[in-house]
Order: sequence, then C-alpha cells, then structure tokens
Amino acid sequence: MTFSEWIAEPVNWAFLAMAIPMVIAALRVVTSRNVVHAALFLVLALAASAGLFILLSAEFVAWVLVLVYIGAVVVLFLFGIMITRAPIGRETNLSHDTRWPAAVAALGVFAVTFWLINAVATQMGGFGDPLPAVGRATATGILGEGFINRYLIPFEAVGFVLLAALIGGITLARKDLTPAEEEEGARV
Amino acid sequence: MSLELTFWWLLAIKLAVAAAVVPVIGMVIGYAEMKLSAHMQSRVGPYFAGGRFGWAQLIADGVKFIQKEDIIPEEADRPVFKWAPALVMLGTMALLVIVPVHPSPRYGIVRDLEVGIFYALAISSVSTIGVLMAGWSSANKYSMIGGLRAAGQLIAYELPLVLATVGVVIQAGTMSMQGIVSAQVAQGWPFLLTQFIGFAIFMIATLAELTRLPFDMPIAESELVMGYVTEYSGFRFLFFFLAEFANMFSMSVIAATLFLGGYGLWGINPETLFSPIILFAKVGILIFLMIWLRWTLPRLREDQLQTLAWKWLIPIAIVNIIATAVLKVVL
Repeated sequence: MTFSEWIAEPVNWAFLAMAIPMVIAALRVVTSRNVVHAALFLVLALAASAGLFILLSAEFVAWVLVLVYIGAVVVLFLFGIMITRAPIGRETNLSHDTRWPAAVAALGVFAVTFWLINAVATQMGGFGDPLPAVGRATATGILGEGFINRYLIPFEAVGFVLLAALIGGITLARKDLTPAEEEEGARV
Repeated sequence: MSLELTFWWLLAIKLAVAAAVVPVIGMVIGYAEMKLSAHMQSRVGPYFAGGRFGWAQLIADGVKFIQKEDIIPEEADRPVFKWAPALVMLGTMALLVIVPVHPSPRYGIVRDLEVGIFYALAISSVSTIGVLMAGWSSANKYSMIGGLRAAGQLIAYELPLVLATVGVVIQAGTMSMQGIVSAQVAQGWPFLLTQFIGFAIFMIATLAELTRLPFDMPIAESELVMGYVTEYSGFRFLFFFLAEFANMFSMSVIAATLFLGGYGLWGINPETLFSPIILFAKVGILIFLMIWLRWTLPRLREDQLQTLAWKWLIPIAIVNIIATAVLKVVL
C-alpha cells in the first residue's frame, strides 16, 4: 500500500486527526514548564488514545480509558498537585537529573513493545489488511466472558499485582510516628 | 455521495438541536427552581418579567449574562481559565446523546450505544477536570479551595454512582439504555421494585455529583463566595450555570431510565407518541425531588460527606451488587 492509497481512506484521516494531537500532547506532557499544564496535556493525550480505540471498534476499552484515566487518575494527579503546590506560571526546577537514563529506558520500552506487536502481527498475518473499523463495535459481553473464562488467571494476576502496588504505595508514602513524635506534632 | 450528504446534514441538525436543548432545559429548570424555592420559603419569587408569574425572568437573565463583560483576572492562567467552562459544557452536552425518549430510533437524538450507561458515566466524569481547571486557573484562594473540595467530592461519589447502576445492568443483562427500558417494559414493572437500594444510592450520589445542597461545599456561598465559579462572569459563568441544570436533567433521565422504566408505563403502548411525555413526567418528578431536597436540608460538613460515601454508600452498593448477582443466578 502506497502513501497516496493510504491517505485516500477516510478512516486514516480520522486516525491522523487523533494521532497527531496525541503525539504533540504527549511531548508537551514532558516539556511543559508548568506541572498543572503537563497534567492537562496528559488528559488530551489520553482522550486522543480513547479516540484511537473507538477507531479500532473497541468502544468499551475507549470508555474505560475515559472513566478510569481521565475521570479518576488524572483527577487524582491534579488533586495531589493542587493540594501540595500549584504555582501559576513557569517553573524552572521541573527537569530531573536522570532524564537521559529515563529517555533511554522509554526508548527501550518502545522498542520491546514494537518488536512484540510486530512479531505477533507477523505470526497472525501482518498489518496489511484494512481495519474493520466502520463495522460493529466489539460486544462488551464477549470481552466480559473472555475475562472470566479464558483469561481468568492473567486477569487475577494483574489484579494481584495492582493490589501489591497499592499496598506498596501506602507503605512507602506513610510514615508512622512514634508516640513521642506524635506528641511533638500535636504541640506544634 | 447523496447518502454522505444526508449524513452530514443530519449530523448538523442533531448538533444544532443538542446545542439548543441545553439553554432551554436550563431556563425551564432554573425558573422551576426559583418559583419552587420561593414558595417553600413563603416568598413569591420572580413575578414581574413577562407580565404574569415572571415567566420571562430567565430569558432576561440570559440576555443580561451575554451582555456582561468577560472578565479574566490579571493573575489567571488565561488558556486554562478560558477552556474550563467549555470542558464542563462538553461533559454535559455529550450526555444528551443517549437519552432514550422512544423505542423507535427515528424520534429524538438518540444513539443507542451498546455501552450505553457506561458511556454516560464515563463522559460525565470529564466535567470534573473542567471544575479543577476552573478552580486552579482563577488564581484565587476561594476558587482553589472550592476546586479542591469539588474534586474530593466528585472522586468520592463517582464510585457509588457507578456501583449503583451495576445492579440494574445485571438484572437487565445489557448496558444499552434502550435495552434496559425494553427489559422493564417486557417484564411489566420497573427495576425500582427490586433495586430501590441502588436507586437511593444513585440519587444521593447524583446530588453530590451536581454539588447541590446538602452537598454544596464546593460552592458554599457563605464560606467560599462561590467556590470555583467565583472569578467567572458573563458568558463563561452562564456555561457553569446552564451545565448544572442540564446535568440535573440528564442525570434524572438516566435515573428514570434505569429505575423507573423510562418511557414505559402500565397499560400504555410504548410505540405511541406518549412515550416522551411519560419519560419527561418521570424526569420532572425527580427534578422536583432534587429542588425540594436542596431548599429543605442543611449543608453537610466535609468529613460527614466523605464518611457517607466511603463508609456507607460504597459498601452498601457492593453488597447490593453481590445480592443481585446471587439472586440472578439462583432464580
């Protein structure tokens, strides 16, 4: 498929209309000078990726993305930022010393994911086929049955990992005071 | 080609209708709220505008808001400040897409999505971002505290809202709004009879999501001026104002559809044009209930609000889901 053939498909215009803002927003998340702006660009990137899921007929996944990530995770981010520090305007100390190792790690994750998807797609017949995007969306019931029948063990495993991460997060963030320190805190 | 043109025209017409519906609903409910609250407090309420009963009061108010200067505070974060009301309005208008007024898809602006109710809950949560943006970008302490309170409240009540609908989804066996209504029409009784716990939780959580009394800490006038809307004026304030009333309407539509049988009523064929009237009558009752509660209950304290959500509503909703699922399998 040549580029002119590719661009002639209206589905691909929709893809570009969502993918380009998504990439730009994703870049602005890490380059933005204001931490609240960065979180808001994350909303834009997530909304665009929800749009991409709709384009792939995965309606349920798209709305899960909106409900969980935009409606809960980013709201918690913003809540956390605003309750601790939320200056209006530019900030200068946002960049981290470890940004180059972080960039290498991100590229590594990208390479592995790309390789994995490519390998799976090659095994299943390649990317060349047009997407069944205009047709009926994937039935939510089929997804649900998949979760509790065929993929029950991976599903539970992921749930277990998330629970462990939650407990780990609480353990790391929480600092139990000794009775003496508590008294100190109460007096201050 | 002609088919494509019709599609775009249809889309344009539907968008125009959706855009017109929000201000009309806002004016009708706003007027109802003014009059009802006045009579509940032994006042008269608006009586001058329009000759009798002050029926044109809200039109006059709308014209006033449009004329007002659009003030943006000096210290405000301009783009975020400007986009916040638009985002709140987006969450509101997108909800109107799935209102099921009639079994036939020819009437109304209905798109019967397979994920129906889930879409409604997801898209309404986008408004929270708009509220937080408004609170932060105003560069005002009252706005900031209002925005934070709103976020804490909306996070806490999002969960009971979603969990309360699950019981109905289990009973109906579908998430589509039309599917839920036709399940109730087919069995002849509304899900209210079995899901009254879910209904109660849904209505409480809805009041909290709408930040109306007794859950209006985010905009409490006596403590925070108007919370996150303090710095807004003119047209942008109008957006917040209309969004609240339009959200009251769409949340009432969802409650009426899920629990009260939507456009179905005993002995009336749902295929007739009575269907929208029946639905809107049920919605009217729910809106009256919301206004009634607002003007007769005192405001909760912040800790009471969080206790209610996390310690009472969420556990009860989960028990309700488990009981419904068990009974669905057993019966």
